[in-house]
Amino acid sequence: MDNIVLELKDLHTHFFTDNGEIPAVDGVSFDLKKGEVVGVVGESGSGKSVTSLSVMQLIPNPPGKIVGGEILFKGENLANASEKRMRKIRGNEISMIFQEPMTSLDPVFTIGNQLIEAIRFHQKISKKQARQRAIHMLELVGIPRADEIVDEYPHQLSGGMRQRVMIAMSMSLNPEVLIADEPTTALDVTIQAQILDLMRNLNQEQGTSILLITHDLGVVSEMCDRVVVMYSGQVVEEGTVREIIKDPQHPYTKGLIRSLPNLYKKEQKLYSIPGTVMKPSTEYVGCRFASRCEFAFDRCFNENPDLYELNHQRKSRCFLHDEEKEVGEFVDTNTRS
Amino acid sequence: MSTPILEVKGLKKYFDIRGGVFGKKVGDVKAVDDVSFTVNRGEILGLVGESGCGKSTTGKALLRLVEPTDGEVIFEDENILDLSKEQMRRLRKDMQIVFQDPYASLNPRHTVEKIISEPLITHGVESSKEQKERVKELLEVVGLEADHASRYPHQFSGGQRQRIGIARALANNPKLIVCDEPVSALDVSVQSQILNLMEELRDKYHLTYIFIAHDLSVVKHISDRVGVMYLGGLVELTTKDQLYESPKHPYTQALLSAVPVADPDYEVDRVILEGDVPSPSNPPSGCPFHTRCPMAMDVCKEVKPEFREIEDQHFVACHLYE
Repeated sequence: MDNIVLELKDLHTHFFTDNGEIPAVDGVSFDLKKGEVVGVVGESGSGKSVTSLSVMQLIPNPPGKIVGGEILFKGENLANASEKRMRKIRGNEISMIFQEPMTSLDPVFTIGNQLIEAIRFHQKISKKQARQRAIHMLELVGIPRADEIVDEYPHQLSGGMRQRVMIAMSMSLNPEVLIADEPTTALDVTIQAQILDLMRNLNQEQGTSILLITHDLGVVSEMCDRVVVMYSGQVVEEGTVREIIKDPQHPYTKGLIRSLPNLYKKEQKLYSIPGTVMKPSTEYVGCRFASRCEFAFDRCFNENPDLYELNHQRKSRCFLHDEEKEVGEFVDTNTRS
Repeated sequence: MSTPILEVKGLKKYFDIRGGVFGKKVGDVKAVDDVSFTVNRGEILGLVGESGCGKSTTGKALLRLVEPTDGEVIFEDENILDLSKEQMRRLRKDMQIVFQDPYASLNPRHTVEKIISEPLITHGVESSKEQKERVKELLEVVGLEADHASRYPHQFSGGQRQRIGIARALANNPKLIVCDEPVSALDVSVQSQILNLMEELRDKYHLTYIFIAHDLSVVKHISDRVGVMYLGGLVELTTKDQLYESPKHPYTQALLSAVPVADPDYEVDRVILEGDVPSPSNPPSGCPFHTRCPMAMDVCKEVKPEFREIEDQHFVACHLYE
């Protein structure tokens, strides 16, 4: 158990709004080992981004607040770390890249300025050395003319280049954990392939652990070792990539995988899950997926199932495992949608 | 699969770049540059490409929502670029569009009933009883309920809004619908609902779609034939099976190999393209793809390859096949 770098234990992050309390993250637990790539998958509103922002303590407060649970980074609980301590950790030990490369760089400073600032904040080196380091990092992420680009402004670069700069910045201090929140969603597929390739190299060469937040199961299957599937603020399934994609256990994961159009398969009609994602709420007692689930029975509406541990690190939140019956084969329910 | 409903010949759309103190024209962005294709009655033609390749502009130019610079768009034996504004307005009854962003394409101050009945009023359904009936019917057709008519767009989810957008497009029984990224703002589980709905409607009302999207697997799923665009021009156009099984153009090959597949056992020979898409205001000489093409030859730098049929129903613009 020694090589776990990041562990979430029963994390609860709630938002306090005019319309009541919203449990955006509702008891999430999982871990990330050294050198591992773990994917967090879910649709909009599933709480995957709030989970990652909670780790970095970047939840705007108010309205958001971590109300329970622990975030253990190498044994240290970040959930109650001071802001001063967090500033030491962010960037240096855990760094993050965001979805929008357009908005996460400051438009009024040059690329070099922003990189040098980050490096010098954490390490006592001269400006000149920091600049050398910045140029070196830009070269590492495959930016052409790095010694010129370092003096350019973000608007002079394309989306893919900006995301490379963000990766250069987040890697410049050799963090142990990289949290990537939808890093390629805003990019075209050919550029996405470049960025994923880059992240894979960092993981393999530097041994950086990556927590990859995404909604794209294709990206997950290509990048990750293990996957955590989230739905409405909770983890509904966890397992290795192969297990999740080839042999999903939870009805939601099953439906999700069946509703993907596949580039290499011929199918007549897509499966679709009826209805839409439920908004998290503190009042709801049943299984969050029950209203859309075709296997739902009475118990599902009155009680939320626990995460059943099916195997080592293989979990699924569904009463069907309790009944010890196999989750049955899908009947075609397309007529219903 | 024989009679074309729409024929596009040499369609061009240039946007002026103005600069200097007097706003003089200093150049142009060739958003769509010499695009030709036909759409058969009852088929779904997919148009794919990355951002900035001109696929959306092509879609809008077909309906003259942006005025094309040059070319011909022949809809049922009539060149619609010659029509007057009023004639065009009447013709739009037969040609409709569904937009990408279901949050921005519905007026937030109008009820669903008003949104859907507006095209009815424009095209001559005057009695309000008839309008109400038709709205009710349309809502049911797209999988919503009749009493949703009195609600406002903000009361619906993304998928439901897209259904409203589709109902509005269907209001006057159109023949052709241009779908501009209709599912790209939606979550996977909702996306498949909308794709299935669109297929059902096609069969039920004998519609023809031009389906514009950047997601190759979505386009593959829904289309009969697919055209691939790069930097304002079509580079390849053929049947779905041909395109996905044996892509000819190096760009199509790279694009297909770049799509991550949700299958851990699947090994791809990935062609990783270097660099970014060049700017359409200053496109490269010769073949627009030669700057990134792994197979570029000398001729590619100088001569723009012709978009021609190399096999039955398989059009490619590449010097490798000449």
